[in-house]
Amino acid sequence: MKTALTRIALLMCCAGWLAAAGSALADEAKPEAKPLKLTTTADHTKFKELQREFKSGPEVTRACLACHTEAAGQIHRTKHWKWEYLNPDTQQVLGKKTIVNNFCISIASNQAACNSCHVGYGWKDNNFDFTSEENVDCIVCHDTTGNYTKPSGLAGNVVTKEMEFPPGSGKILKAIDLTKIAQKVGKSSRDTCGACHFFGGGGDGVKHGDLDSSMSAPEKALDVHMDATGLDFTCATCHKASSHDVAGSRYTPLAKDTKGAHVKGRADNGNPASCVACHGNGPHKKEVRLNEHTAKVACQTCHIPSYARGGIATKMTWDWSTAGQVDAEGKQITRKDAKGRITYESRKGDFTLAENVIPEYAWFNGHVQYTLLTDKIEKTDQRTPINKMGGSATDGKSLIWPMKVFRGAQPYDPVNKTLITPHTAGNDDTGFWKNLAWDKAIPVGMKDSGAPYSGKFEFINTEMTWPITHMVAPKEKALGCVDCHAKAGRLAGIEGVYLPGRDGSKLVDTAGWTIVLLTLAGVLGHGLLRVINRKNRGEPK
Amino acid sequence: MTDRVYVFKAFERFWHWSQAGLIIFLLFTGFEIHGTYRALGFERAVSYHAIAAWSLVGLWIFAIFWHLTTGEWRHYIPTLDKITVIAKYYSSGIFRHEPHPFRPTLQNKHNPLQRLTYLLILTLLSPLLWITGWLMFFYAGWPAWGLGWLQLQWIATAHTIGAFLMLAFLISHLYLATTGHRITSQVKAMVTGWEEVA
Repeated sequence: MKTALTRIALLMCCAGWLAAAGSALADEAKPEAKPLKLTTTADHTKFKELQREFKSGPEVTRACLACHTEAAGQIHRTKHWKWEYLNPDTQQVLGKKTIVNNFCISIASNQAACNSCHVGYGWKDNNFDFTSEENVDCIVCHDTTGNYTKPSGLAGNVVTKEMEFPPGSGKILKAIDLTKIAQKVGKSSRDTCGACHFFGGGGDGVKHGDLDSSMSAPEKALDVHMDATGLDFTCATCHKASSHDVAGSRYTPLAKDTKGAHVKGRADNGNPASCVACHGNGPHKKEVRLNEHTAKVACQTCHIPSYARGGIATKMTWDWSTAGQVDAEGKQITRKDAKGRITYESRKGDFTLAENVIPEYAWFNGHVQYTLLTDKIEKTDQRTPINKMGGSATDGKSLIWPMKVFRGAQPYDPVNKTLITPHTAGNDDTGFWKNLAWDKAIPVGMKDSGAPYSGKFEFINTEMTWPITHMVAPKEKALGCVDCHAKAGRLAGIEGVYLPGRDGSKLVDTAGWTIVLLTLAGVLGHGLLRVINRKNRGEPK
Repeated sequence: MTDRVYVFKAFERFWHWSQAGLIIFLLFTGFEIHGTYRALGFERAVSYHAIAAWSLVGLWIFAIFWHLTTGEWRHYIPTLDKITVIAKYYSSGIFRHEPHPFRPTLQNKHNPLQRLTYLLILTLLSPLLWITGWLMFFYAGWPAWGLGWLQLQWIATAHTIGAFLMLAFLISHLYLATTGHRITSQVKAMVTGWEEVA
């Protein structure tokens, strides 16, 4: 009995020693890994400045600026801050502050709602101080927690204390923990950019078609570069910022990049967000023939066979003219299609939505002319372009691009012949979304825009064009030759270029086949005569 | 009784038949690219057309060298001498079973009509096809070569016209090959080098 116990004790000792030795050996072979893949040399949880309670966004910004002293000044120079951009080609003053579109139309008088997507705090009206450093919102781009939200209606401010909003609505906005969020700041991500850019136009995927929340962690089939388990690009991998100024622009897009792949240090490196900036101008190594296409066809045309491929529909049309219908009780109504997607809202009108959309194609040279509130427009049978895309087959600067063309009807002043910026969002008596009254909403909006309003309004058909450039498909899914080189292919409507398989001169074809057939008839006739003559003479062969 | 005369040398025969095969194949793939019919599929038609075209270029380099170094190019010097006799033969004499007025020799292989036709094929039609085809291969490079003013449509249309002419030539050439001493004499000559003459 005693020996048995001793044996057990000995065995246990041995086992314990082995286990300890084993783990020690393992430790030696594999040093303890850091809990995170660090992409920075600073751990913000260790910063005294951030180990405190924050009552507002600007308080956090002041803490950021204590170390990052020049960051706010850099932001102040960007489109993301100013929402204003002077197009050097057209001299048009653009930017969200100024332009009119055919989605929610304009931020004028709607700043508190729209400007929740501003990289700042408190832009609620035209008195916003654009020189304020503390009103810069650092976290909206640098949050890594996913908990940072800027609710619509609060002019870009955040909620640090639970509140009912709109007041009296019974809807509660939860507070966010700014301390935790501030201590976890990091590089921008698909989610931070996407928080605004996926939801442009007032909802997921509404505006762009090639940007929606499915791009937050896409599969390779949806986007070869952002593939979350593959290359895992963030937006900033291509849209590389310099001094906080993010590369790439929808106001002055780079339609044809002829400069080849970028080489570090070279002074003429241009826009880093183009395909060519990495892939060069002749990227097809195996099918070299395809490289010839780069003279006329944008990469996107073949490599983005369709957009809105991630399961989220994008809006294709928006008819404001039908807005305002109410049910028998006078309440706002919503209609949905078979898939549960909203196709009508009293406050907005009729929509159509679509997934896996085949783009329209057009020559595009990067020149974009907007129709602004100050532009006189005639109402005709043609749709008024919100942004007129320049380009032609012959200007030497254009490529054939895929486009999302968003069509709609929106308010128009028939006397002054201008577009209209109505007051839509807002918990007040004139906001259209609340009261469905154009005659109240329009004067308020136009006044905020500083534009004259005649008092009369109609609806005008408009279209807005969005070059498609995201959702790059794997190469196996790129378009094949006959998608375009065919009589009724995708480029059936593209003029000014000869497409073998699609084009041909009717005259040449008719004349050519006539000559061929006459030749055939001639030799057959000649041969026949020889045979007949031979028979008549009764000669053997 | 038939005489035999040695007319076509080995390289010449090789050149002829490989060129014939390539041209027929180029016509076949070319008209598919043009959209006339579907056979191989556009993509394969394009890549095979390219391979055949470059093969033909290679063949021509040898052929040009051969013609220059052997002096064979002299067979394409045009002459109007007896051209009416030949034309008359094809329009009437042939039906009366008259003997062919032209007797090929190693020094003078082609009758005046052939001389003229082949000269036009070699100096006008072929260059038209290969220059336009070559330009289409390097379409993206035009601006860099100062050819930015060129329209693909002109080049492609010229190439198509060339193709129709080549097809018409092919048809008449195939037929005229049967007009030798016997129906098969000229084909045999192009296979063996020896032509039967009356």
